[in-house]
Amino acid sequence: MRLSRPAWLILGLLGVLVLAAIFGPVMSPYGVGEVSGNRLAPPDGQHWFGTDLHGRDLLTRLMYGARISLLVGLVGASISLLIGVAYGLVAGYLGGWADILMMRVVDVLYALPRIVLVIVLISLFDLKLKTLLDETFLAPFATHARLLLLFVGLGLVEWLTLARIVRAQVLTIKERPFVLSSRLIGQTTPVILFRQILPQILPIVTTYLTLALPAVILEESFLSFLGLGVQAPLASWGTLLADGASMLNPVATPWWLIVFPAVVLVGCLLLLNLLGDQLRRLDGHAER
Amino acid sequence: MLTFLARRFISSIPVVIAVLALCFLLVRIAPGSPFAAERALDARTKAVLETKYGLSGSLPEQLLRYGSRVLRGDLGDSLKFRGRTVAEIIGQSLPRSLLIGSISFTLALALGIPLGAYAAAQHRGKGDSFFNSLALLTLSTPTFVLAPVSVLVFAFGLKLLPPAGWGTPSQLILPAFCLAIPFIGAAARLTRAGLLDTLNSDFVRAARAKGVSEASLVYRHALRPAILPLVAYAGPLAANILTGSLVIEEVFAIPGIGQFFVNGVINRDVFLVSGVVLVYCFLLLLFNLMADWLTALLDPRIRLSS
Repeated sequence: MRLSRPAWLILGLLGVLVLAAIFGPVMSPYGVGEVSGNRLAPPDGQHWFGTDLHGRDLLTRLMYGARISLLVGLVGASISLLIGVAYGLVAGYLGGWADILMMRVVDVLYALPRIVLVIVLISLFDLKLKTLLDETFLAPFATHARLLLLFVGLGLVEWLTLARIVRAQVLTIKERPFVLSSRLIGQTTPVILFRQILPQILPIVTTYLTLALPAVILEESFLSFLGLGVQAPLASWGTLLADGASMLNPVATPWWLIVFPAVVLVGCLLLLNLLGDQLRRLDGHAER
Repeated sequence: MLTFLARRFISSIPVVIAVLALCFLLVRIAPGSPFAAERALDARTKAVLETKYGLSGSLPEQLLRYGSRVLRGDLGDSLKFRGRTVAEIIGQSLPRSLLIGSISFTLALALGIPLGAYAAAQHRGKGDSFFNSLALLTLSTPTFVLAPVSVLVFAFGLKLLPPAGWGTPSQLILPAFCLAIPFIGAAARLTRAGLLDTLNSDFVRAARAKGVSEASLVYRHALRPAILPLVAYAGPLAANILTGSLVIEEVFAIPGIGQFFVNGVINRDVFLVSGVVLVYCFLLLLFNLMADWLTALLDPRIRLSS
């Protein structure tokens, strides 16, 4: 795959972001939750991005938040990818009543506000998952049960668009002669679905992934901004922005608490969207 | 045409019913009770309250009771805002959200379509790639980033506009713009893609061969068919602008329907949540039907085949 120069630049910047998320919190002289008397300090040589209401270093918290935001994006997008592709494949290939019924289910879920679904999912299974994890070797993760559910929940609500796209593709592909021939030589339905049809739709799926990634990150920050997603003491870009927004006042707003989270979040989303744009150009069906 | 729209409407009714039922059940099975405010209630008080509001018995029973009430046009009482019916709350808050939403929607189309058309005319030029990055930037800027930043800049920094509140026209400007900007980008991109498609078609080539000027080609001949994808997108968009206003209402302290919805979800206020979802579904349905109708109006081929 040959990438253009802007695409390399975008990948490089994203790489910096990922490296900062992985190594930044370790290298920072401050802890994530480390409070100090130096409250609401504006950016200076000591605290490059300033400090918040409790004297915590904003840069450290942003890099820590990057871990959660990026992880949510990756996990959520992958889950939505798996469900969406499988669902669309089956619905499109079966056709007839099964297809109508399955697409009606998608219609219903589309119209249902996502925050209802995510919140109910989280509050329903939060405790159950916590006790379940406590009994296994995964006990250290038990305290993050809510976060895990948020990952899964976002994946579970994001797959609908992809299911529609894949189904529409399968509808046309399954009429093509090569599908008929593989049926004639006696290949079973799963083989036809996964070995014959799936490779045909992969380009569209990769393009969609670059769309789903920013979409899930956005959804997570949106929920966290409303106070329904990631909860303190954990922080994601959404909660940091919400913290900043709650400090808005006409007298002396700590602007750095709003501007830096905003720049980081918008920058990351923009890079991902630009990358998607470049990849679509590569596919050839987008130089428009 | 009318029969087509009527058929679309009727076939959507099962979806609306399913959404409403699912929403009611989801809020009911979520842990936490709408009646438990600060302290836990004893079992008897809870039972009395549940009977009073028709939330006693098994889930299917509750759902049937609620369904039959909705059919009679009664959306029930709010469980959190005691003494107010859901219909009252929606009646008061929906017009505010609709006002902001319709201003934003108009802004999104009024700015997005000409911008997209301009970019298509400039195709492959300097302006085009600049435009593309700009459109992606607006798409990457969620309302909950835009809202606090614009308050910081325009209300507190430049002191041009009021930071929050409801009542005067100047208080509408910031929220409406914040809500519209991501959709301006989306509308512009769709217009541009649609236009580039049509500009490559035969009738445009014929018109160009006849000597029609480039500007008139884009704006008079190609724009009408090119706008079809945008029309299909505008239906869900119009309804989406209402949910987008959730954050806007929070930041700008506007007592709109989104605020009641979020509070309702947090408080497990089942009738309020279901009522808002019902209204939302009908708006979605209505706007989709309007999009269908507009599509038929713009595209003679669809008109003939229906």
